[in-house]
Amino acid sequence: MIPLSYYVVVSTLMFVIGLVGVLVRRNFLIILYSIELMLNAANINLVAFSHYLSSMVGQVLSLFVITIAAGEAAIGLAIIVVLFRKRATTNVDELNVLKW
Amino acid sequence: MCVDVVFIALGPWNDANLWSILKNSMTHTLFFFYFAILTLISSLCTIALRNPIQCTVALLSALLHVAGLFILLHAEFIAAMQIIIYAGAVLVLYLFVLMLLDLKQAETVIHRQYGFALFFSAVLLGEILLALFQSPLFAKVPPITDAASTPSPNTESIGVVLFTDYLLPFEMVGVLLLGGIVGALVLAKQTPRSSKS
Repeated sequence: MIPLSYYVVVSTLMFVIGLVGVLVRRNFLIILYSIELMLNAANINLVAFSHYLSSMVGQVLSLFVITIAAGEAAIGLAIIVVLFRKRATTNVDELNVLKW
Repeated sequence: MCVDVVFIALGPWNDANLWSILKNSMTHTLFFFYFAILTLISSLCTIALRNPIQCTVALLSALLHVAGLFILLHAEFIAAMQIIIYAGAVLVLYLFVLMLLDLKQAETVIHRQYGFALFFSAVLLGEILLALFQSPLFAKVPPITDAASTPSPNTESIGVVLFTDYLLPFEMVGVLLLGGIVGALVLAKQTPRSSKS
């Protein structure tokens, strides 16, 4: 049987990969993908702990996380479409309207 | 191939033959390492590849392998939701918008400050792993639990918890999704001023 810590290590590595993606990439879509990766890492953690504590609460929480991720994807894509219509770019470095 | 595994595992779940394959400790370990390594490789490809379409396909692979990990954890319902919602809905939406945007420009992939980003991410990874290795939890191998020890089916017990203890958050998530729909529509709608001009 796989120890719980293996799942936690996988989840940690996946989270850090997502974090690097958010920090390093400049394409807005890839940044959204990286956020999905980080949410999935949290899901792995929740489900693994739910299994090893034999409680259903972690799985219910990961359902909520999946729902929020779907909503975030919809809003993020709407923002990308609006930005691309106005600025014809998805490069986050060129989107500096809110910068002062 | 991963999809086949997931579908086989999702379908006849009470089939004793199939379950005994997964219950075999060796096979279980093998499947865990397959899913874990493929998840990490696909995640790396998601952030490292240049073409956004390839990134999307890599993300799809990562999500499917995470669903495989969920099945190894006896969370069949979450695995099914992962495939239906993420792979079925969210990824198709991403791909649709990606086709719509028609990104022609050769973007400079890497941010200027990637050195700082990599450094601090490595520090964070080191901190988390250090804390993990030093915790008493790390070396502990939990007792073997198989399907026989779980009292009721996975979906049923999730439903019981979801609709008793977590009823209020459930309703709030529904309201949040409604807000998301309205917000996405308002954002993506062409304003009359800009459509006239």
